[in-house]
Amino acid sequence: MMEPIVKARGLVKRFGTVTALNGADFDLYPGEVLAVIGDNGAGKSSLIKCFAGAHSADDGSMWVNGEEVTFASTHSARDHGIETVFQTLAVSPALDIASNMFLGRELRKKGFMGTVLRQLDKKGMRLQAAEQLKSLGISTLQDITQAVETLSGGQRQAVAVARAAAFGSQVIILDEPTAALGVRESGKVLDLIKDLKNRGLTVVLISHNMPQVYEVADRIHVQRLGKRAAVVTPKSASMNDAVGIMTGAIDVPESEQQLSPV
Amino acid sequence: MSEKSSSKDAVGKEFELRLTPMRRIQKTLYRYPWLSSLAVLISVVLAFGLVNERFLLPSTISLMVQQTVIVGSLALAQSLIILTAGIDLSIGSIMIFGQMVMANMAVFAVASNVTPFAGQNPYLAIIVGILAAAAAGSLNGFLIVRFGLPPFIVTLGTWSVFMGLALIFFKARTIQGPEMPEVMLSLGEGFSVGPFFVTFGLLVMFALYFAVAWVLRNTAWGRHLYAVGDDPIAAKLTGINTNRVLFSVYLVAGLIMGITALITIGRVGSASPNVDPMLNLQSITAAVIGGISLFGGRGAVVGALIGSMIVVAVEMGLSLAGVDQAYRTVAIGVLVIAAVGIDQWIRKVKV
Repeated sequence: MMEPIVKARGLVKRFGTVTALNGADFDLYPGEVLAVIGDNGAGKSSLIKCFAGAHSADDGSMWVNGEEVTFASTHSARDHGIETVFQTLAVSPALDIASNMFLGRELRKKGFMGTVLRQLDKKGMRLQAAEQLKSLGISTLQDITQAVETLSGGQRQAVAVARAAAFGSQVIILDEPTAALGVRESGKVLDLIKDLKNRGLTVVLISHNMPQVYEVADRIHVQRLGKRAAVVTPKSASMNDAVGIMTGAIDVPESEQQLSPV
Repeated sequence: MSEKSSSKDAVGKEFELRLTPMRRIQKTLYRYPWLSSLAVLISVVLAFGLVNERFLLPSTISLMVQQTVIVGSLALAQSLIILTAGIDLSIGSIMIFGQMVMANMAVFAVASNVTPFAGQNPYLAIIVGILAAAAAGSLNGFLIVRFGLPPFIVTLGTWSVFMGLALIFFKARTIQGPEMPEVMLSLGEGFSVGPFFVTFGLLVMFALYFAVAWVLRNTAWGRHLYAVGDDPIAAKLTGINTNRVLFSVYLVAGLIMGITALITIGRVGSASPNVDPMLNLQSITAAVIGGISLFGGRGAVVGALIGSMIVVAVEMGLSLAGVDQAYRTVAIGVLVIAAVGIDQWIRKVKV
């Protein structure tokens, strides 16, 4: 059996008196698109924020490529090849596209100006950012030095996805990437997800939108009451079944909750 | 990311801008909000010049530029803090604290025969004074970062604390210029260029502006400072250590306040705990008029320099027109509220 690229067992996360994760398990296999669905408050966002390094779990363990890990910040998650596109996108509106793509990991010039005076290699960053956007087929952006706040919602999403895919990452987590977008822009983001998969990246997609999930996902992780209720595939379960598990109308026995890679 | 060097330039070209002239102007103003401040400065100067021709005399302009050193230097420190969406109300009192530390220590060194101080050269006093101000600034940063207190409250508190400490330690006594070693007053000296007098303090202020502007534009620290002011949660999620950035900003601002202390001693010719109580407000006014948004993350420090000149020009113009000091104080208050109102309005237009 294939080894999961990201694995978690018994994750617990509490916020004061609220328990967001109550012993959640998680398996992500290389090269797949795994959708995470669940009702509001089921712990989807809390779950992926543990993998993103934005939260640290109160209990439970995580493994990346078989190695047990704990993430102190989004930096340590990135060091393990996990990049996240947060629902809020985590972009700085007043900064330009290139600056945003390199935010927190800027390139410095070589030689004295870079090592002693710590001068940034702005030109290098712009070129790389433009190249990255182009390679993802995002050509609607005319000017790489444009402030992000001047972009449309879909364009911002594209910048955030390009940033996540740019730095040799293995796993890209997308939190509700289409929630704020119109139909056409959503379609583009879905194409982007398929493209990421074709490039050999592993994708985790959190979404409320069942038709979208069924369009791109290989497997579907159903989160309920802070736990994994089941893992299904678009072929093994209908949308109604998935919604049934999500809301608790259908109960899945413990032994059938885990599903190996397809 | 791959290194396809041959196609790199071609890729860059595709993203080059093709803009209409109008869009270009709009974009320029959007990118450089201080350009409109410059227009305001020129209008203010011309308007006062029309009212009173003495205003445009080289000697008056020379005096105004010299007047700018104190407000201008403090406005630089204030700008850094405002860029992080903070505010510093303790700026004037930290500057005074640093000034009292360095002046008293220098005088003590000259007069005393106590071992560690006797015959110490005044440079040590200057360094200790600047470091005292930097420490005071870092205390602000520490309280804000460690306990998550709002900058407004923290600096309102430390404003009172450092003013009090300056009075307690140094008995509220003004140290006159002649009492101090000459070096202490050196930044008030200078040279003439035609009808204009250029003080060394002015050169130090310009050097500070240049250095800060360069660092903001060209280093990761500069970008992170803007990112933290723009959206702290987003900045944190991108892996920026927002606490470290914030703390360092208050530290650097304190350092600038310490250097301003020395500039002020040179400019005023003495070290007094009773320096202009309006300095805090003036530094905020200068920064905001200069296009640095109180909401953080937007603006360039050169704007604060222009803003300082506007503040000084308005004061000087009203003074030459025979307006009473009390009314000038009213004018500065009106100016700051108007500037913040305009800042808010601009942001509404953008969103």
